[in-house]
Amino acid sequence: RAVESQSEGQCAPVDSLWRRYSEFELLRNYLSVTYPHIVVPPLPEKRADFVWHKLSADNMDPDFVERRRIGLENFLLRVASHPVLCQDKIFYSFLTQEGGWKEMVNETGFQLKADSRLKALNATFRVKNPDKRFTELKHYSDELQSVISHLLRVRARVADRLYGVYKVHGNYGRVFSEWSAIEKEMGDGLQSAGHHMDVYAASIDDILEEEEHYADQLKEYLFYAEALRAVCRKHELMQYDLEMAAQDLTSKKQQCEELATGTVRTFSLKGMTSKLFGQETPEQREAKIKVLEEQIQEGEEQLKSKNLEGRDFVKSAWADIERFKEQKNHDLKEALISYAVMQISMCKKGIQVWTNAKECFSKM
Amino acid sequence: KSLREMPHPLATSSSEEMGPALTPSPDLLLPRSIADKDLSLPNGTPVDTSSPASSSSLLNRLQLDDDLDVETRDLFVTVDDPKKHVCTMETYITYRVTTKTTRAEFDLPEYSVRRRYQDFDWLRNKLEESQPTHLIPPLPEKFVVKGVVDRFSEEFVETRRKALDKFLKRITDHPVLSFNEHFNVFLTAKDLNAYKKQGMALLSKVGESVKYVTGGYKVRSRPLEFAAIGDYLDTFSLKLGTIDRIAQRIIKEQLEYLVELREYGPVYSTWGGLEVELSEPLEGVSACIGNCCTALEELSEDMTEEFLPVLREYILYAESMKNVLKKRDQVQAEYEAKLEAVALKKEDRPKVPTDVEKCQDRVECFNADLKADMERWQNNKRQDFRHLLMGMADKNIQYYEKVCVT
Repeated sequence: RAVESQSEGQCAPVDSLWRRYSEFELLRNYLSVTYPHIVVPPLPEKRADFVWHKLSADNMDPDFVERRRIGLENFLLRVASHPVLCQDKIFYSFLTQEGGWKEMVNETGFQLKADSRLKALNATFRVKNPDKRFTELKHYSDELQSVISHLLRVRARVADRLYGVYKVHGNYGRVFSEWSAIEKEMGDGLQSAGHHMDVYAASIDDILEEEEHYADQLKEYLFYAEALRAVCRKHELMQYDLEMAAQDLTSKKQQCEELATGTVRTFSLKGMTSKLFGQETPEQREAKIKVLEEQIQEGEEQLKSKNLEGRDFVKSAWADIERFKEQKNHDLKEALISYAVMQISMCKKGIQVWTNAKECFSKM
Repeated sequence: KSLREMPHPLATSSSEEMGPALTPSPDLLLPRSIADKDLSLPNGTPVDTSSPASSSSLLNRLQLDDDLDVETRDLFVTVDDPKKHVCTMETYITYRVTTKTTRAEFDLPEYSVRRRYQDFDWLRNKLEESQPTHLIPPLPEKFVVKGVVDRFSEEFVETRRKALDKFLKRITDHPVLSFNEHFNVFLTAKDLNAYKKQGMALLSKVGESVKYVTGGYKVRSRPLEFAAIGDYLDTFSLKLGTIDRIAQRIIKEQLEYLVELREYGPVYSTWGGLEVELSEPLEGVSACIGNCCTALEELSEDMTEEFLPVLREYILYAESMKNVLKKRDQVQAEYEAKLEAVALKKEDRPKVPTDVEKCQDRVECFNADLKADMERWQNNKRQDFRHLLMGMADKNIQYYEKVCVT
């Protein structure tokens, strides 16, 4: 299991300690549940995905472990630089408290919320009046996930093919060497050109290693899209809850009115049975009305607070979403630029090698 | 002319090199076989003998040398302008063969005739027959698998035209072959078919060709140098075959890479459609990848059209050269057998019988011709490959430069 050691910048009780991947997962789950309106930074992938043939899919592979380490460090930096999340006590103790951190997390009782949240995330329900911005955003996050995973898949195939092209050139190295043995004047030129072909073939390993970092940057946003989606879903959930509550209140009010006025406006089984089997006594009716009135009052208060909750959520969530959007645009722009730089450097290396080879050929 | 009467390439000790730039020979009509050393500038730079029609930038660099050479060359041949002919019996392509010359052997200074592949093939066979001691340049492959390759596609016709052009230029540059009678007729005759028919009837003419016994004799002591040449050609063909396979594999891998790239680029475009601020950079990346695809396509095309044919041509060349070596062995074997027969007779003869003498001469002539041709071949080969490999390097450099710019 990958482990990570972090150091604290502030004067903390512990300077650095060890954490396993599962503890990072626990931390993130806690944060996601406790701050549902925040787009919580994602963890690096659990298993190596989008591999091209040379990269092993083994979790113990040193390259994978190293890239995971970088990903985990990045996660912590993201949380630490978030205006809201960085203040969380559990996060703080994750960084500073050696023992008993797990228990501390469990004591918060977030698990209960986590379970229901998980169910809700996957449930299907229809919301009548969602905030249009969230609907659009959810649609966007779905598309983003789809396009980035497509991109990563194709990139892996591209890397695979490029690897093949470079490596076959290595065969030139060997055959030029063999050929040079039977030549007189051409021998030296062929031999040294062959050496450059070997260099060319070997250069692809470093090039593709660097490209993995670019892929990792894209992957982070692939997973971020998931977090974005979760926030949208939370809004939908709250909105649905609100709508259900409002609906319930309306029907209760209606029932109350019907009982009070004696008119049956809506069809109900109770109404039918009472028609068939006889009406209630006035005392019974009074009691019912009283219960309903209490419920209605409760319901109205609940509805009020739910409304408030909903509006607060929308406000704070949207604020964080704006923050996230800017972060995303900035980060991805930088990622694309560094990708372009990588490509240019690869071309320059190619030019260098072939120029050297050409010189060798010219001396034939 | 019979072998004995032809001026021997190595007859004159030409240890000094001709300086064509300094003293243009007054009698350009002298058979060039006397000044057999490869034309080179006083500073020793070899002269490039590849087709002037080539568009390689490398050739432009050497054009200067060519210009100096023009003064001593007296025969120029070009193959171009392929045209399709449709007849009831068949469809075929003819090429225009243009000749410019100041040689006395030619009646006119300029000729322009149309020839088809069959005619080139006929010429090559005639040259092999009439100059068996020389290395005849190869022709591009005769047979093409129908259905796999389109015989009339622009690409195929152009590749063939280049090879035919090279074939004729190599003969033109050869001090002995360029004076061959059949070559002359090939370049000049309006109706080649009539001449061909005439030639068939004269097969038995003595002096036209020297008869060679096929098989039956084994060489006792093959001179080391020819054994070495044989070994060299074997390894050479092998290595070229390997390089051909590697190059093909690279092209295949490049094309597969291209396929993936073609899918890769548009994904960035799709993503760009989702975004607002990132839309421009993402579209930019997509466009770049598109340009990379184009550059890669050009590279693969160049390699297929320019690099591979030359490799194949040299493999064919090596094959025909090995055949010439075999013939040389046979001639020597015949001589050795005759010599042995004479020795066995144990008669005290002051003079060796004339036919044995003739054999000896034949062997010596063959050896000499072959040696001279081998030297020229080695030099030309070196230049050709230098040009070829530099071209390959250049193409790759250009590819990377294009990608860099995008």
